[in-house]
Amino acid sequence: MKKKLTFAAALLAASVLGGMANAKQLVYCSEASPAGFDPSPWSGGNDFDASSRTIYSRLVEFEHGKTTIAPGLAESWTVSDDGLEYTFKLRPGVKFQTTDYFTPTRDLNADDVIFSFERQWKKESPWFSYLEGTGWEYFTGMGFPDLLKEIVKVDDLTVKFVLNKPEVAFLPDLGMDFASIVSKEYADQLDKAGTRQQFTQKPIGTGPFQFVDYQVDAVVRYAAWDGYYGGRQKIDDLIFAITTDPAVRAQKLKAGECDIMSYPAPADIAGLQADPNLKVDEQEGLNIGYMAYNTTLPPFDKVEVRKALNMAVNKQAILDAVYQGAGQAAINPIPPTMWSYNKDIKDDPYDPDAAKKMLADAGVKDLSMKIWAMPVSRPYNPNAQRVAELIQADYAKIGVKAEIVSYEWTEYRERGKQKDRDGAFQLGWTGDNGDPDNFLFLLGCDAIGQSNYAIWCNQEFEALLQKGKATTDVAERTKIYEEAQVVFKREAPWLTIAHSKVFMPMNKKVSGFVMDPLGIHRFDGVDVTE
Amino acid sequence: MLRYLLHKLALIIPTVFGISLAAFAFVRLLPGDPIMALAGERGVSPERYAELVERFGYNRPYVIQYLEYIGRVLTGDFGISIATKRPVLGEFQALFPATLELATIALIIAVLIGIPAGIFAAVKRGSWFDQATMGVALTGYSMPIFWWGLLLIIFFSGYLGWTPVSGRIGLQYFFKPTTGFMLIDSLISGKSGAFRSAASHLVLPAIVLATIPLAVIARQTRSAMLEVLGEDYVRTARAKGLAPRRVIGLHAFRNALIPVATTIGLQVGTLMAGAILTETIFSWPGIGKWMIDAIAKRDYVVVQSGLLIIALIVMAVNLIVDVLYAVINPRIRVQ
Repeated sequence: MKKKLTFAAALLAASVLGGMANAKQLVYCSEASPAGFDPSPWSGGNDFDASSRTIYSRLVEFEHGKTTIAPGLAESWTVSDDGLEYTFKLRPGVKFQTTDYFTPTRDLNADDVIFSFERQWKKESPWFSYLEGTGWEYFTGMGFPDLLKEIVKVDDLTVKFVLNKPEVAFLPDLGMDFASIVSKEYADQLDKAGTRQQFTQKPIGTGPFQFVDYQVDAVVRYAAWDGYYGGRQKIDDLIFAITTDPAVRAQKLKAGECDIMSYPAPADIAGLQADPNLKVDEQEGLNIGYMAYNTTLPPFDKVEVRKALNMAVNKQAILDAVYQGAGQAAINPIPPTMWSYNKDIKDDPYDPDAAKKMLADAGVKDLSMKIWAMPVSRPYNPNAQRVAELIQADYAKIGVKAEIVSYEWTEYRERGKQKDRDGAFQLGWTGDNGDPDNFLFLLGCDAIGQSNYAIWCNQEFEALLQKGKATTDVAERTKIYEEAQVVFKREAPWLTIAHSKVFMPMNKKVSGFVMDPLGIHRFDGVDVTE
Repeated sequence: MLRYLLHKLALIIPTVFGISLAAFAFVRLLPGDPIMALAGERGVSPERYAELVERFGYNRPYVIQYLEYIGRVLTGDFGISIATKRPVLGEFQALFPATLELATIALIIAVLIGIPAGIFAAVKRGSWFDQATMGVALTGYSMPIFWWGLLLIIFFSGYLGWTPVSGRIGLQYFFKPTTGFMLIDSLISGKSGAFRSAASHLVLPAIVLATIPLAVIARQTRSAMLEVLGEDYVRTARAKGLAPRRVIGLHAFRNALIPVATTIGLQVGTLMAGAILTETIFSWPGIGKWMIDAIAKRDYVVVQSGLLIIALIVMAVNLIVDVLYAVINPRIRVQ
């Protein structure tokens, strides 16, 4: 009996002590393991969530839940009249994180900014190739090597970017993950120690959370960074529990093993919504699912044929069957939540009879073609195979015979780019920086062979695209892009299928989580009530 | 015995080369390549693509690439992952204990349940127990692991709340791994409740992973026992008036054990293959999940080296089983 009592007392003491030490913790069930914690070499959304959005900050930041930019590490900036020089005034007193592996001796300054970009740009920098085979895909993909002329340190807290040509999306680009600011002092320390690899394994930034530990493929732990320039976070510990299967993530959320999860499977959403302990936030995704015709091959080189095929498709049936109500019919190549979206454009009506007549008028008889179906599920198109089947049935009604083809994912995209590709190719896009150009570039002449699967080079559209890129005034750009959308709809290089909704299920005790249109998962400002 | 061992070892060398070649070729036969996989939907310009191919050396003849790879492997350098830029051997060492722990527990479950079930089924041949056991074994053998795992999660974790859904230990327990085996590390950590948490996290994945080997072991034990039970010496033992338990346990089972031991040895390969799916469902950070990720990313280096390391381990285990087999049955040494 005495023994039992002693044990009970010990248990009580342990639980009281444990309770005192209980930190406020948020567990996020994430979908994949981060490749590393350097924010710039990788391109996956899960890499960004685990590195740039937690540990780091940028010169400019996207406003929480919006695609507009706000001051970040730069408290102000000026742009020269010719649009070639951007001068940023850095926020004074910004602290890099102090951990058991790095203690900064100075605050953030212009050297850090210059280093953050030059390591991705200058091949002579030892940091350019500190990771074997790193291509700095985003820096290159956003055209920075050609865009940047030089980055000049004006003084400790002033830095000037000189461009080779005007680029209106330059500021939103700087809010992107690859443009996160890293510590030059930390890099120098690792240089001296000969342990450059550690830069991506034990990260140092100026963001809301500091890195604590990563158990490969299992758990990433962060702690609130006391010195964060935006103020200390309300939660003490942030934990990413890596759970690849969406159904298992949903079970973990229901069982209380995590507080919030990413990317639920469409089939699980109703069950999560019905759970009394959970809430499911939703938002229009900044994305588009489309089907691109090969506009260089007959009969798809004729606008009337493309229009007729578009009119033959019952989009509502696709939205009901595949998106299960979590999407809206797409009219334009950019989503309605984006600025410059042209509301006046009407979608091609669903009219099989008219479509049939248009095909006959265009002299097309007994058309057989291929419909390409992606082998993977994507937020913008959860089941391309099913979409293809529905379109196939719709086409049959106007006398068009369609064969569905699919290949392994990388092979699929590779074959889709080929100039002699037959038929209509399903794909989609999710925005990077909230700029309309980040969607419309997919249809640019330069993008043929890369992301322009319609192999469509329309001079009128291209001229507007280029004009938009060189214009800084937002009102004027809006007009240009509205006009570009008119050209797009008239020429119909794509069947615009849908913009999908994105869901974020979480426990009701989580507050302050704001869904991000760019698909980023940010945990600054989040709180949990115990 | 030494000759036998040398003979076995001599067989392993060409097998290792064969496997290294197969692993090297397999991942390159898959459509796509790591550069395209890393580029994602954004794509990559043809010039940039050519530059990266050049940098990784994928434009050189396959023979040269293979010989270079083998040369490096022979010096113990398994390369650096294309996706994560970490050394493959380091990643393997970090993740393998998780797989080993899961596979060991699964094998223990399979043996502890499979062998007695097989024996009883054989002894009570044709009875309802025999039919039920073999029916369950066949179901277990044919059940898709993914579905089975999810079903158990939904029932035991979701509905009953008896076991955790996934992971290796409760997130409140945070300590640096000492051995990589969570059951041991949780004990060493001295944190109260840590061991219990680690053990409860093991239950469902171990059951799922044990299902197929258990079915195979039970069926093999049953058929081996049936064969032995019909032998003359068993009849003699019975005729001598020995207790049935003694006849089955001592005379029959010992002789039936040889094919069963071989079967258990062969299950190592099944466990490694099963671990791939089991780990994916239960977010178990082991080498199975690692390989799946690497294949999806066309991470040539991880796939070819990972497969080779796994094959080496499976072969080493099989060698040990062969040796033990020779110890159990001296006739094999002579053959």
